[in-house]
Amino acid sequence: MITIFGKPLLLLYGQLTLGLINGAFYALLSLGLAVIFGLLNIINFAHGALFMLGGFVAWALLEYLDIGYWPALVLAPLIVGVFGVVMEKTLINRLYKLDHLYGLLLTFGCALIIEGLARNEFGSSGVPYPIPDELRGPLDLGFMMLPAYRAWVVVAAAGVCLATWLVIEKTRIGSTLRAATENAPLVQAFGVNVPRLITLTYGAGVALAAFAGVLAAPIYSVNPNMGANFIITVFAVVVIGGMGSILGSIVTGFGLGILEGLTKVYYPQASATVVFMVMVIVLLARPAGLFGKA
Amino acid sequence: MLEVSGLNAWYGESHILHGVAFDVRAGEVVTLLGRNGAGKTTTMKSIMGLVPRRAGSIRCNGRETIALRPDLIARAGIGFCPEERGIFASLSVTENLMLPRVVAPGGLDLPTIYALFPNLKERAGSQGTKLSGGEQQMLAIARILRTGARLLLLDEPTEGLAPVIVQQIGRTIREIKARGFTVLLVEQNFRFAQTVADRHYVMEHGRVVDMIPNAQLGASMEKLHGYLGV
Repeated sequence: MITIFGKPLLLLYGQLTLGLINGAFYALLSLGLAVIFGLLNIINFAHGALFMLGGFVAWALLEYLDIGYWPALVLAPLIVGVFGVVMEKTLINRLYKLDHLYGLLLTFGCALIIEGLARNEFGSSGVPYPIPDELRGPLDLGFMMLPAYRAWVVVAAAGVCLATWLVIEKTRIGSTLRAATENAPLVQAFGVNVPRLITLTYGAGVALAAFAGVLAAPIYSVNPNMGANFIITVFAVVVIGGMGSILGSIVTGFGLGILEGLTKVYYPQASATVVFMVMVIVLLARPAGLFGKA
Repeated sequence: MLEVSGLNAWYGESHILHGVAFDVRAGEVVTLLGRNGAGKTTTMKSIMGLVPRRAGSIRCNGRETIALRPDLIARAGIGFCPEERGIFASLSVTENLMLPRVVAPGGLDLPTIYALFPNLKERAGSQGTKLSGGEQQMLAIARILRTGARLLLLDEPTEGLAPVIVQQIGRTIREIKARGFTVLLVEQNFRFAQTVADRHYVMEHGRVVDMIPNAQLGASMEKLHGYLGV
């Protein structure tokens, strides 16, 4: 048997794959958080709950309307995005002139309400969501067998992250968003409807979370805790990458997922804490985060 | 073109403007002169709707804008060049140039703007804040010429710049005026102001206290020295 540093190669591959998949979810979720924090200055604690809501919307589409995985991948983010727009218009937009703490409290409260309602309705164990037929079975990579669905999750997440980055860095709406993140009043004095930009940005960030939720549904089954399990690590990812940094979120998300996977192979006891140890080290060495501007 | 009357503005509890009144006619270059803290910049920001609270009347092309949001004020045909220039660090020169929305037909096209400001073309891909202070000021003026706004508010465009750049900005302002733009200019430097302006309003303690046509500026020097404390 081939081994690397005394561990079987296949075990290493297996954990690396798992790490990459977790990393894909970290990247998608922290990307949305970064975009929202950059423009709104709101730390969106409801992000995990909206991720979960994406999963449940996909499940409901299948259960009640017989709408399958592929349309749900588009529809669920749209539906949750509209929900986010309503949240921003009715609740969050009252907080912009107040301290950060209020945004945190409000969105944390929203998360508790959404998760509580889901638990009431579906119980703690949740509901199963099938893998789409096209992606059943393993994929033979030559050196290992990889479940096709897991490969798809990594590719889809990386694709969406790349597309989001391109939109922000290379398009007109992206340059407007970056400018408004720097100095929103001046951008508004240049004729841009900034309140609408803020609403749409929140909706888009939330839609990214819902997209991740649909991707996650066949892997973890749809349950009320799926967001809460992820979100703490995701906040650590955002802090390590640098609050508000787009590229930082993507790179750090995938990187830390892989690091977690490696830790599971070589020192499993630390696998749950390694992300937070990295966070402490980064905060000591570079308080603004790896990609943040000091 | 612009009629301001009874304009009051507040920052929190502090009452900054106390009934400011003046007007700018189409095609004119008009300055607001005054000492630091007289309320010149606050007047500009009030016209753009960028102060927390304001009252009175600001009519632009006959349209009342006192209750409008800043983006709608801009769309009424006003281009704003702020005191700190407002060049965005996360945007390239071209992105900075293209940021302000086109509010009316008839703005200058890109070839014309690059002919007026050749440096901007050379540095099109640079990060906006990597430009020199003078180039940043040119960029801040250039980007509002594109939008079709006919009334331009320029807040201290010469501040902190070398004399040769100040002369260049003077030429630019005369060029814009020749193209039919209307300019409201905030200046501390009345020697610069007299080379470009038609009329001067003097502000003190949040009020307009005097109006001096440019032709009479020489004769009013003593009075002006009193106002400005120079």
